[in-house]
Amino acid sequence: MDINVVQIVLIFLFACIAGMGSVLDEFQTHRPLIACTIVGLILGDIRTGIILGGTLELIALGWMNIGAAQSPDSALASIISTILVIIGKQDIQAGIAIALPVAAAGQVLTVFARTITVFFQHAADKAAREVNFHMLEFLHLSALLVQALRVAIPVLLVTIFMNAGSVQHLLSSIPPVVTGGLNVAGGFIVTVGYAMVLNMMGAKYLMPFFFLGFLIASYLNFSLVAFGAVGLIIAFIYIQLNPNYHENQTASAASGQSSTVADDMLED
Amino acid sequence: MSESKRKLTKRDLFSMFVRTNFQQASFNYERIHALGFCFDMIPAIRRMYQTKEERAKALERHLAFFNTTPAVCGPVVGVTAAMEEARSDGEPIDDGAINSLKVGMMGPLAGVGDPLIWGTLRPITAALGATFALTGNIFGPILFFLSFNIARLALKWYGLKYGYDAGMNIVRDMASNTLKKLTEGASILGLFIMGVLVTKWTKINVPIVISQTTNQLGQKTTMTVQGILDQLCPGLLALGMTLLMMYLLKKKVSPILLIFALFGFGILGFWLGFLK
Repeated sequence: MDINVVQIVLIFLFACIAGMGSVLDEFQTHRPLIACTIVGLILGDIRTGIILGGTLELIALGWMNIGAAQSPDSALASIISTILVIIGKQDIQAGIAIALPVAAAGQVLTVFARTITVFFQHAADKAAREVNFHMLEFLHLSALLVQALRVAIPVLLVTIFMNAGSVQHLLSSIPPVVTGGLNVAGGFIVTVGYAMVLNMMGAKYLMPFFFLGFLIASYLNFSLVAFGAVGLIIAFIYIQLNPNYHENQTASAASGQSSTVADDMLED
Repeated sequence: MSESKRKLTKRDLFSMFVRTNFQQASFNYERIHALGFCFDMIPAIRRMYQTKEERAKALERHLAFFNTTPAVCGPVVGVTAAMEEARSDGEPIDDGAINSLKVGMMGPLAGVGDPLIWGTLRPITAALGATFALTGNIFGPILFFLSFNIARLALKWYGLKYGYDAGMNIVRDMASNTLKKLTEGASILGLFIMGVLVTKWTKINVPIVISQTTNQLGQKTTMTVQGILDQLCPGLLALGMTLLMMYLLKKKVSPILLIFALFGFGILGFWLGFLK
């Protein structure tokens, strides 16, 4: 299957939206679940897009921008891997193998883009002195274009210079031990994402709840929605029974003691 | 502070709410959301100050370094608008007071926002969407998009409105138990679900054969390393690997390096036959 001009234009436009989404981090258009689905829709194979999106989403669960630190880039990774999987007729595992190096490259590109925008910041200082509201608004929003293009240009290059034959040729030249290994690694690469989320929560004294979830799910075959409800109930009970939240009712020495114990735990 | 004279119209507030959805548009390494915050404040500055000098000073004041979780920037924008309003009414509030309030709020709010949004809301809605998506069901992406964005937009709008209405009082509220209860409750739910995901969605199989026995009926029983581990507790290797990754990340090993290392490990294991 080859791509027609309308599809190239649509993919370019969506790549711009995903690029802007990746820096805004508001509507989540840059997340695999959304980006792969839409690219799949454009290429006429939405089902493959959704499945690849779901698979990559799990790997990318912990990819988040905290403070000024940048995560691997899911926008570029999702779009390019979906194009190559659908156009090159590859399986989902090959898609993962493509997505990860692209995510690393995208991370470098976004760091570059966020350095270029320092110039926009300095131009804004000048506009503020001149009380030019429109200029300030223009500078703020036009900085989005840098991010749109850092995704859209690489995507455009891939769509134009890749055809089904070259993708298949490229991917079939990978030795089977590598594809098999990638398939195996795809099963446990998600642990990096889980670890990132867990470290970010930073509440060491609440870790028993993590182990509780692990144990219960290891032996019970509930749906994720049911586990969510169980988690919610546990959280409610903990908050309701926590003596720290009842200090005004029982202003006795006992509650004073328990709060110091809890404070000690907090400091761990 | 006089509560009676509210200068911002509902339309101004709505415009500021729309603008906060572009909080990170000009994200840059020098001052992060500085221009974004100024962009949010423009409707308020236009409404409250009329002379050129006052406006220039207000704009410059809000081009200072700012950074918090974008989904929870609403209360800071709201309180700052309330302070600017008091200042334009002649209250003795100087630049330093406004700036230190912003800095004082952005830290604690990021402390709540990061675990709440990136640690709980997004992983849970995304994981839920992904369960449907893995079977090719379009409901998965739609569920993720709607549930995450409805929660996020509600936080932005009510955060902004609450911040503006509460004004300075919000600083007292932030120290109260409600916020702590919310963060703690969300963290418990988030950690619990992460525990579920570790065992449910990680696949590690070590097919090394330890023993092969044939019973009287001639049936063969094969005991593998994986079989023994599953008898101890299913998902034990996944748990161990997650804890190892947490440790390495804490030692400042970059996540992308860990991902590639695990790929290398997978290829090596497949080649040598101890992983399948």
